[in-house]
Amino acid sequence: MNRYPAWMYALVIGIVALGAVLALPNAFGTVPALQVARTDAEPLDASMVERFRDLLVEEELTPDAAYLDDGRVVMRFDRVERQLQASDALREAVGDDYAVALTLASRSPAWVRDLGLEPMSLGLDLRGGVYFLYEVDMEAAIRKRLEMYVEDFETRLTEAGISRRVRVEDDRVRVQVRDAEDLAEARRIIRNADQDLNIADGGDGKSLLVTMTEQQIRERQNFAIEQNTTTLRNRVNALGVAEPLVQRQGVDRIVVQLPGIQDPARADAILGATATLEFRLVDEDCSGLGTQRYPFRDGPDTCLKREVIASGDQIVDASSGFSQDGGPAVFIRLDAAGGDRMLKTTRANIDKPMAVLFIESTRDVVERNGDIEYVTQRSEEIINVATIRGVFRNEFQISGLNPAEARDLALLLRAGSLAAPIFKVEERTIGPSLGQENIDRGFMAVTIGFLAVVLFMAVYYRSFGLIANLALFTNLVLIVALLSLFQASLTLPGIAGIVLTVGMAVDANVLIFERIREEVANGNSPQAAIHAGYEKAFSSIADAQITTLIAAIVLFTFGTGPIKGFAITLTFGIITSMFTAIIGTRAVVNAVYGSRRIQTVPV
Amino acid sequence: MSLKLLPDNTHIDFMGRRWPAIILSLVLIAVSVGSLAVQRLNFGIDFTGGILLELGYPEAADLERIRGVLTEADFPEAEVTNFGTARDVLVRLPPREGVSGTEVREDLRDVLQADEPAVELRRVDFVGPQVGEELTEQGGLAMIFTLIMIFAYVMFRFQWRFAAGAVAALAHDVIITLGFFSLFQLPFDLSVLAAILAVIGYSLNDTVVVFDRIRENFLKLRGLEPVDVMNTSINQMLGRTIITGLTTLLVLAALLVLGGEAIGPFSIALIVGIIIGTYSSIYTASATALELGVSAQDLMPPEKDPEEVDELP
Repeated sequence: MNRYPAWMYALVIGIVALGAVLALPNAFGTVPALQVARTDAEPLDASMVERFRDLLVEEELTPDAAYLDDGRVVMRFDRVERQLQASDALREAVGDDYAVALTLASRSPAWVRDLGLEPMSLGLDLRGGVYFLYEVDMEAAIRKRLEMYVEDFETRLTEAGISRRVRVEDDRVRVQVRDAEDLAEARRIIRNADQDLNIADGGDGKSLLVTMTEQQIRERQNFAIEQNTTTLRNRVNALGVAEPLVQRQGVDRIVVQLPGIQDPARADAILGATATLEFRLVDEDCSGLGTQRYPFRDGPDTCLKREVIASGDQIVDASSGFSQDGGPAVFIRLDAAGGDRMLKTTRANIDKPMAVLFIESTRDVVERNGDIEYVTQRSEEIINVATIRGVFRNEFQISGLNPAEARDLALLLRAGSLAAPIFKVEERTIGPSLGQENIDRGFMAVTIGFLAVVLFMAVYYRSFGLIANLALFTNLVLIVALLSLFQASLTLPGIAGIVLTVGMAVDANVLIFERIREEVANGNSPQAAIHAGYEKAFSSIADAQITTLIAAIVLFTFGTGPIKGFAITLTFGIITSMFTAIIGTRAVVNAVYGSRRIQTVPV
Repeated sequence: MSLKLLPDNTHIDFMGRRWPAIILSLVLIAVSVGSLAVQRLNFGIDFTGGILLELGYPEAADLERIRGVLTEADFPEAEVTNFGTARDVLVRLPPREGVSGTEVREDLRDVLQADEPAVELRRVDFVGPQVGEELTEQGGLAMIFTLIMIFAYVMFRFQWRFAAGAVAALAHDVIITLGFFSLFQLPFDLSVLAAILAVIGYSLNDTVVVFDRIRENFLKLRGLEPVDVMNTSINQMLGRTIITGLTTLLVLAALLVLGGEAIGPFSIALIVGIIIGTYSSIYTASATALELGVSAQDLMPPEKDPEEVDELP
């Protein structure tokens, strides 16, 4: 009666083996490393590994290993000092096109890496780094949109020869005209400008109140936060951070995590910078009045005419897709003012090149006469030159790009500037030594806690206790395997969750073993007692674990940062312990005792 | 022979002594509520907002001097305490009106480094007041939400009287654990909130296991008074209740001693909560269900007739 079919044993062995393989990379430990990536996020190829390696060999800073990982070059070192020296040397040698970041790399051999296996990723509290939580000013995002409407309406009404006053009033736009006749005309023009807007009478017969619909407001807010997230992500890439995290949180927040960065002031200054775009005509003979030469990202420096056709804050939206002829394209929508200028310009300049200039002001820290100073630096770069193929107004497309470029350009256009100001509402910096200390302490607590439980179980439940201990160890391996598989960050509270799981995981076995003892005391035969113990304890175990799971899931839903880490390990721990404590121990018990005549149950 | 912590077949009359236990619980709850009302919780910056610095000094730090330096630099409201060892110092600053956290952080850094150039900034946290308020709100919501979910689950699996008993036990555990933190003014941060939610999970786990046995015994030991069925069930589960409590406390002790200062309040919350939770699953949960008039009929599976039930082992 205590036998599993062969497939059941195979399943148990299979899951445990799979878990062991997934957990394997963690067994090798981590070492200091450098990660080199292109600042424009283009993947690197294998030839670059050799190039960077040779650069370091010349400096007598040969890395212990150098390889390509997901389009980035990783180089491992035995000590932090060598890592830092190599970082300085590399930064000097490769220039601005590459971002060199300090990181930790697994010491796992190449065949483990080739299987795509990775160790657990460590949270900021374990590896050191900076955490920012930014809040996007949503009111400003809406106000900015309303101001665009004002400008748009002004232009359109002027064209129609209507004298008017247009202004933003709280969360709406008030359009004041001379008389009822103009009012009807103004209403028609505004309706044409945007089909969805709510247009109400101002009450005095001479004015209109224009408000955005709830959906438009939501869309605008979404646009603002998505755009800000993208902008921040690009900036983080420029900072040179390995494994950064930039993520939207809730309705109006953005989380930025920068592992390995130790100076929050610098990171903060760069992330908060503002940037914009300008559309200008190319001056092909570079002779016009006020013409200026600008660096071009994908080619030689190019001269641009002085006049700005449209600038970034006139872009209402940008997206990538395909043009009618099937080629990739970037679709741009300007407001009315920008659209009109664009119309006039394109009409006069068909088949001539137009450029997109990217302008960014960054606040940076410099040292001057021994003093630290913040300076605002303005950098200008042409990101795209395209030939004008036809007349267009406020909606147009830039073609002649490959799909990836089109996507990137749309992204850059959207990311060009922050759609709304951001405020920092939370900042946490954890020093690297504290991180290491947390790892050491956590590891110690898990080890000692584990040993204490193992000892207790072995003494108290004898042979069955040993089986439970085997399950407990397997449980730890499986938790590590799941954490590695899902690449969920392990944090200090996460380690606490593992420790708690170790204590609670034996509960299922305690329930089963106590039940077996009861059944034996009730006069059941050993085999029947084992069978009944597992059968009858099951509903208690299931109820007990499900209720803990409920608490863990609520924690995960409501919690942020460290709480989430705790909830994740607790959840994984409950799931894996159900498997190891019920099915796992049963498999071992069945294999060892199932087909034998036993006089007593060693429990 | 098996090793046992308890003698076989204990017959402790837990339910007969439920009134002294209920009175003890009520006293503990009254003390907790009183303390929470009078001196509230010692909320960390996670909830209040503000700035927190963890500093590492090369040798034992002179707290008085650091306080003096900070007061002189216009930070009289700074709280300076030791954190773990004598060389580790924690500086806490409530949020300031109209000044950005960035500025305050930089000022503090400059002042402290001017005083002792070798000081190591091990951790710098800045939490805006709006974030703190939200967390307090979210934390309260999370607790209430957990209790509702659990009530629903126990009601679905058992019956409303048991659900009420379970939730009463959980509220009991949460209030007394919070009271403990308030009474001794232990720092209450996000991790403590997580610990309390974990205590809810653990204590319920304990309670449900006892309920499960009560249900089984109601069906098996027919004709017995509910109070006797409960006593028998609690006694039968006593070994498991104590052993699981013990193994969990073992690992938590390891965490408290070895886990470092940062995880200390978290470990204390779990230890207190698990002790209270073990007590409450023996007394509060079952006593509440009993006082609400639970009976064997409440647990009869409705879809089966009595004959069929009789044939169950």
